[in-house]
Amino acid sequence: MTTITTSATARSTSTKATRVLGAVALVLMAWLVVSGLFLTPADVVQLESVRIMYVHVPSAWIAYLAFVTTAIASAISLFRRHRSLGFDRVAGASAEVGVLFMAITLVTGSLWGRLTWGTFWQWDPRLTTTAFLFVTYIGYLAIRRLDGTPRQRARRSAILALLAVLEIPLVHFSVVLWRSLHQEASVLNTDGDVRLDGLMLFTLFSGVVAFSAAFAWFVVHRQRVAAMDDLRLTSGLDVALAERRAEAVTT
Amino acid sequence: MIRRTAFAVLRKDLLIEWRSRALLTRVVPFAVLVLVLFAIALDSEPLVLRAGAGLVWMTTLFSALVIVQRSFELERRDGALDVLKTLGVDGTALFLGKAAALIVQLLALVVILVAGAVVLYGVNVEAPALVLLVTTAVLGSCGIGLVGTLYGGLVSGTSGRDTLLPLLLMPVTAPVLIGASRATESAFGGDAIDATTAWAWVGLLAVFGVAFAVAGAVSFGPLLDSDS
Repeated sequence: MTTITTSATARSTSTKATRVLGAVALVLMAWLVVSGLFLTPADVVQLESVRIMYVHVPSAWIAYLAFVTTAIASAISLFRRHRSLGFDRVAGASAEVGVLFMAITLVTGSLWGRLTWGTFWQWDPRLTTTAFLFVTYIGYLAIRRLDGTPRQRARRSAILALLAVLEIPLVHFSVVLWRSLHQEASVLNTDGDVRLDGLMLFTLFSGVVAFSAAFAWFVVHRQRVAAMDDLRLTSGLDVALAERRAEAVTT
Repeated sequence: MIRRTAFAVLRKDLLIEWRSRALLTRVVPFAVLVLVLFAIALDSEPLVLRAGAGLVWMTTLFSALVIVQRSFELERRDGALDVLKTLGVDGTALFLGKAAALIVQLLALVVILVAGAVVLYGVNVEAPALVLLVTTAVLGSCGIGLVGTLYGGLVSGTSGRDTLLPLLLMPVTAPVLIGASRATESAFGGDAIDATTAWAWVGLLAVFGVAFAVAGAVSFGPLLDSDS
């Protein structure tokens, strides 16, 4: 175990800007809890279960936002020699947070489905594609953890992220085609369409803003931690050697 | 030039396969065993008959994992891949050659598995459905072969490759699994899917194959570059 104490690595991952961002995210989350659980009324059709939507919908949005960020950052990292590692770390950080929000989406979605449709899971195109999306990005994260230099990792994972962009529409299209040819289960025909009143819509919207702030906060920090990791990987040994030499001189 | 190199790689892979007989002595017995185990697990003749098409492609997918791993293990051993790179073998040619070798092996396997389904599950293939069945088998093998080569190359030479390949490959091949299963189901005489729909699925397989052929041809070279 080596402790690295160069000026580049000793700093914390937070800056004034991220502290403000974190505080904003926390306040928005608190408002979401109060408004979602207490201020908004229960829905006529879905009753109290509609409150799950205030978490479910924003987290789905953020998951998609995260995967789009990953794809764009990967493309930049692949086609730009200059600073490509920075973009690779943003891609990785964003995918990690995206998988987290996708997991929240799937869990809250099946809880809501159990209450409203009477079943945890339904083989509907959107659900099925989401499940594939989730597994695909778990695979992407696994690829990122493979051995190799940061540059190898950047290239491998960028190509994989761009392949996912190719894969997801194909999977979605095939699942849509598959389900459209399949008879619908009669129990699942409950119309989930809801008309939202003003406060409900506002709560949903503030959920999206709160989760976006949390997403940005997570990605910034995760990306900085990754930068430190890379630094330790590439120059950790040199730093340790320099330290031991310095020790030898002083003693 | 690319075509010649690709053919050389294809020839090399098939020659190694022919001399080692790995497909015949290991993969085919494994695949037939999976077919038998599916029948035991489902434990119902009508159910097995109805699921036959899906089980054939599911088994193909499982076996493809084994073949892909072997295909890249051969390149890794004795640093064969480094030699190919030193020789200046083009990434695109290498991809197309290895994919073609994989497709040939998968096609042979699918033929055996369809025969297995006829014998073990009692599925019935009418002569007019043969064109659909053959087209599906070819395009399905192409899809799995191309994606398998691409993702096999992606994880080759890394320490986690054995466990990672299924995780990466299974979600991507979902369209092939769905499309090929439905088209084969129609060819097996299932009345749930008419011929027009079956050919629509074949179309999906073709689109999938072209998309990943292009993606693989473009990205395989950069993927294998270990430096910088």
